[in-house]
Amino acid sequence: MREFNVDEIRKDFPILSQTVNEKSLVYLDNAATTHKPIQVLEAVSEYHHLHNGNPHRGSHYLSIKATEDYENTREKVRKFINAASEKEIIFTKNATESLNLLAYSYGMNFINAGDEIVLCISEHHSNLVPWQKVAKAKGAVLKFMYLSSDYRLTMEEVKAKITNKTKLVSLAFMSNVLGTIYPAGEVAEYAHSKGAVVIIDGAQAVPHMKVDVRDIDADFFVFSGHKMLAPMGIGVLYGKENLLEKMPPFLMGGDMIEYVEEQDTTFAELPYKFEAGTQNVEGAVGLSAAIDYLEDIGLNRIHEYELQLTGYALEKMLEIPYVKIYGPTDLENRGGVISFSIEGCHPHDTASIVDTYGVAIRAGHHCAQPLMKYLGAPATSRASFYFYNKKEEIDIFIESIKSVRKWLGYGS
Amino acid sequence: MDLSQIYTELIMEHSQSTQNRRHLDHIDASERGHNPSCGDDIVLELKFNGDIIEDAAFTGSGCAISQASTSMMIDLITGKSKEEALDLVETFISMIKREVTDDEELEKLEDAIVLKNISNMPARVKCAVLAWHTLKEVINK
Repeated sequence: MREFNVDEIRKDFPILSQTVNEKSLVYLDNAATTHKPIQVLEAVSEYHHLHNGNPHRGSHYLSIKATEDYENTREKVRKFINAASEKEIIFTKNATESLNLLAYSYGMNFINAGDEIVLCISEHHSNLVPWQKVAKAKGAVLKFMYLSSDYRLTMEEVKAKITNKTKLVSLAFMSNVLGTIYPAGEVAEYAHSKGAVVIIDGAQAVPHMKVDVRDIDADFFVFSGHKMLAPMGIGVLYGKENLLEKMPPFLMGGDMIEYVEEQDTTFAELPYKFEAGTQNVEGAVGLSAAIDYLEDIGLNRIHEYELQLTGYALEKMLEIPYVKIYGPTDLENRGGVISFSIEGCHPHDTASIVDTYGVAIRAGHHCAQPLMKYLGAPATSRASFYFYNKKEEIDIFIESIKSVRKWLGYGS
Repeated sequence: MDLSQIYTELIMEHSQSTQNRRHLDHIDASERGHNPSCGDDIVLELKFNGDIIEDAAFTGSGCAISQASTSMMIDLITGKSKEEALDLVETFISMIKREVTDDEELEKLEDAIVLKNISNMPARVKCAVLAWHTLKEVINK
């Protein structure tokens, strides 16, 4: 394990040292996507220089090397999230595709009229729109768990919404808007006691904290590579083997078959049954290098350091009277995502103004329109941190948000 | 990028002005304009007298640029014919796309000419053009 030294870590991320609008870049949009260290970039480049081939097909050297690279990543991901078997690790494009696979292959086949699908109001559209589609197609009921005044999900609410009719519960481990970390394990335990299947969307959690899918006892678990240092276009679906086994394939095509006749086909074993067509091997190679990088630093240390940054930012933001924070203001069960608004200023104006200070934040509804409506906010601004951010960057961010009202014609 | 070219006094005045932010007593046509990715959301209301836009107003929410642009447009098109209004929409959109840069030709946009510099801020172009596209929709309906 390497020493945790942010200045040293930053040397691995060339993109962070550039200037934007003649200012040093302060990248605080990590919940949208993270940057890639040279170790990941070099691994992908080396794959293209030395190993590129179509995996699982040829018997020649390069095809075998590509197969090894791809399958080694599967084993690495299995260990990383502590799945029981490599058969339970399916590669997808991203968390969104993983959730769509579940909606089409599980939802459309195992949810029936009158069944309930339970989500949390803070779900990202990727964990909401597919379930609307399933509910409409199958005549199921879509129900939402709402939040307490401190932006948390209480077990009272969980128990009020999950009933004997609930067949599926899908919940983000951490909200991409509020930063709240939900009690995924407790929710799963309760949902299982009612006979429901549980999906946990780990897109915002896996990059920032140690996750153990068997400890949570999730039936399915999804995440994206690009939010954890890997390239865009590689994601993961974890599923318990007995459930994946009974689900039909999602996409049909090459590599996911066993025997194909003119009229009928038998499908490949897990996990290949769900991986049709040539897969994103270079993405998998990048994901493998990203996992090595994160483990070398240590997920627990990453989480702890990000909490320090978050605590510092929250403290500074709470001192500004015209800043409103949407999310928990204490650090318990919280990650490094802070949504906020500045009184009298639209979040898009805020984001554009701080951009001229070199500060990259997100503004908008963060792919969570029902949550925005629930919060009574048309949009929010959002700063999100990663372990390569520094306290000094938070100071620059705070100064930049203090300038916003001045630009928009307010005295302070 | 110099912020003072975008957040000018005129834009700030228009974005906070309530003069055009109201409901009409009599509405001949109305249209919602929405930027789903950022949340700018307006409803434009028009009252016609024959071919003339006799009165116009809007409601909704959004960033300073979208709201100022809507207010400026309403000032500009009130009292104009539908055809004149559509011509102004074309001129405005051409200005934002930098297809028309000649200030003399742009003069007819009156206050809205200050939004010219928004073309330096690609992320905000859709905020500036929202009301104008909405007007085109409602007139052509």
